Amino acid sequence: MKTLMLGNEAVARGLYEAGCAVVSSYPATPSTEITEAAAKYPEIYAEWAPNEKVAMETAFGACLAGKRSFCGMKHVGLNVAADPLFTIAYTGVNAGMIIGVADDAGMHSSQNEQDSRHYARAAKLPMLEPADSGEALAFTKLAYELSERFDTPVLLKMCTRVSHSQSVVETGERAEPAPVPYEKKPAKYIMMPGYAKLRHPVVEERLAALAEYAETTPLNRVEAGSDRKIGIITSSTSYQYVKEVCGDKYPVLKLGMIWPMPDQKIKEFAASVDLLTVVEELDGFIEDHCRALGLALAGKDYFSPIGELSQNLVAEKLGAVPDSGKALEENIPARPPVMCAGCPHRGLFYTLNKLKLTVLGDIGCYTLGAVPPLAAIDSTICMGASVSGIHGFLKASGGERDGKTVAVIGDSTFMHSGITGLVNIAYNESNATVIILDNSITGMTGHQQNPTTGFNLKGDPCTKIDLESLCRAVGIRRVRVVDPYDLGQCETAIREELAVGEASVIISRRPCALLKYVKHKAPLVVDTAKCVGCKACMKIGCPAISVRDGKAGVDATLCVGCGVCQQLCRFDALQAPQEV
Amino acid sequence: MQTKNIMIVGVGGQGTLLASKLLGRLLLDQGYDVKVSEVHGMSQRGGSVVTYVRYGDKVYSPVIDKGEADFIVSFELLEAARWLEFLRPDGRVITNTQQINPMPVITGAAEYPEDLVAKLAASGARVDAMDALALAGQAGSSRAVNLVLMGRLSRYFDLPEELWQQAIAKSVPEKFLELNRMAFHLGRNS
Repeated sequence: MKTLMLGNEAVARGLYEAGCAVVSSYPATPSTEITEAAAKYPEIYAEWAPNEKVAMETAFGACLAGKRSFCGMKHVGLNVAADPLFTIAYTGVNAGMIIGVADDAGMHSSQNEQDSRHYARAAKLPMLEPADSGEALAFTKLAYELSERFDTPVLLKMCTRVSHSQSVVETGERAEPAPVPYEKKPAKYIMMPGYAKLRHPVVEERLAALAEYAETTPLNRVEAGSDRKIGIITSSTSYQYVKEVCGDKYPVLKLGMIWPMPDQKIKEFAASVDLLTVVEELDGFIEDHCRALGLALAGKDYFSPIGELSQNLVAEKLGAVPDSGKALEENIPARPPVMCAGCPHRGLFYTLNKLKLTVLGDIGCYTLGAVPPLAAIDSTICMGASVSGIHGFLKASGGERDGKTVAVIGDSTFMHSGITGLVNIAYNESNATVIILDNSITGMTGHQQNPTTGFNLKGDPCTKIDLESLCRAVGIRRVRVVDPYDLGQCETAIREELAVGEASVIISRRPCALLKYVKHKAPLVVDTAKCVGCKACMKIGCPAISVRDGKAGVDATLCVGCGVCQQLCRFDALQAPQEV
Repeated sequence: MQTKNIMIVGVGGQGTLLASKLLGRLLLDQGYDVKVSEVHGMSQRGGSVVTYVRYGDKVYSPVIDKGEADFIVSFELLEAARWLEFLRPDGRVITNTQQINPMPVITGAAEYPEDLVAKLAASGARVDAMDALALAGQAGSSRAVNLVLMGRLSRYFDLPEELWQQAIAKSVPEKFLELNRMAFHLGRNS
């Protein structure tokens, strides 16, 4: 059947059709929907793991047991899982195993735009790179064949524009590959030095065999062109931009297998054209390899390593005429993302700003606490870095910054990698105050369950990790819970915990206002007779509040009656509707 | 057939994804090659969002670039202005006249530009501006702005309303179907 699917949904369909049995991932834009879509197939066991390292090791365990497995993550998630990655590369697999990784050129929803292709080279693993949903489905199925044929995990590399674009796919039936029997093989699966030394040569031989396969596989194809003045090597979305601009004019070598590369094929292609050109997003990965083969080419000297490419950018560099439009001659105010009306993080960040604290931040919706007028965050690095970072910050400051510094981290992020930092705080004794922003869900990626919510990926009730008990169990004696809608309670708790001279955890607990089960109150109304236009209510940066003609106004379509703004109004002008 | 380009722009949370899902469904059913590019993640949180819908005999790029959009369907007036540069010289802007203040306007750091409908028209663009929020309210929910605007867009397509309604039925949950049908109908015929 022909249907439209997101690239991510197509990967999930490929997993289903290839008989994948176990999927373990951590939610992350732009890779989240692979696992969400996989969970909809009853034949696939799918779960959210606490982090990518756990997910990858779970998927490895599943393939070891003889079933095809998958783990999915974003580019920075692969950093977290890099430890198992480099050694699973040595052991190889039993049944097939795919590692899905989605890059985010343009940083639509990421803290950096690293190029994950480097991992394939560094770990000496094959990497396939689909350019649309149809290829995402087909490459996923093929990846299992390669995984089992070459005894290797296979990296499936996605990117935002492939993951989040719908295009046409032809779906097929599910195959049920027979489980591969598990056999104890110490020399293959126990990577202590004596055995690992025996496996490294196997890795090198496998890479050579894969390079040979790369020469003949239809994954890497030459598309003839009418004009041989330029020949283009490309892959992924860059291929789409090239075809959009050039059609069949220039010959194209499209790489569907980005590592190892087909050296001979590349050399022959280069010899058949006047000017070899490499069009690729982010780093000059293909380019560097071609240069190492001794080929002269045009690449990153034309196409920037920064941000996404587009058809106009490619047209401009290839000497075609890019399309252009006419912008409005008007100062258009920016519209950055903001915390939603009723967001439980708002009251907490307002308090942190008010107390002028140094705040080490983390990854999630609450990173928006960095934006004015809340402007309450000092640093954001990666998952868990707030909790580890505050410890170092305080240790380096010799007590001078104690009582003036906090770390903030979400519930899901805390479970991902905040807990290890907290262990360090307890063990090595700093006076850190860690605030866990517990909104009872993984918010930014679109409401995924996590170990603290009491529900699993399929939505079934399951063991709920108790944050208070967990923090106490690692040795934090002072653990307390506040309601972030209550500004007075927040301020008191933060002041007290900063004053005590020992490590503490404050759990700021209220579910995300967008969760379906959260009951909203009626929108507030402004008593214009009382409002003096002082703009105190504007200090929390709520999108539902504005001041026009000297009076505050509340947007009734946005306001959920959380009442945080009411606590800032000294004139009692913001009221629940029945009080007016 | 040369690839046609429709941009759907708005503010995160306004329901632009449902509109693109509906269009994708409809165009695929007409036998076109279709690509729909969406935005997920952080920018959905009340930020400026854009979805690209492209269709034709063979579609390569999943995105629409400056000067390429045949239609810009905007759920919010300022967003129509923001993305105008993406319109083809002979393209058309279909915009909701609803205004949602972005944070710099709310905090007083910037002004919401005045008379944007007139300014859009003065730029040479063909502009079809409507109060989609009011029509959505008439249909039964302010959240049905997306279907009102799809209804208006449908006027410019040589396809019977029945085909659109079929695509709506395939894209919308049963319990919201009547609401969305009505919103589409009002957008198309008001």
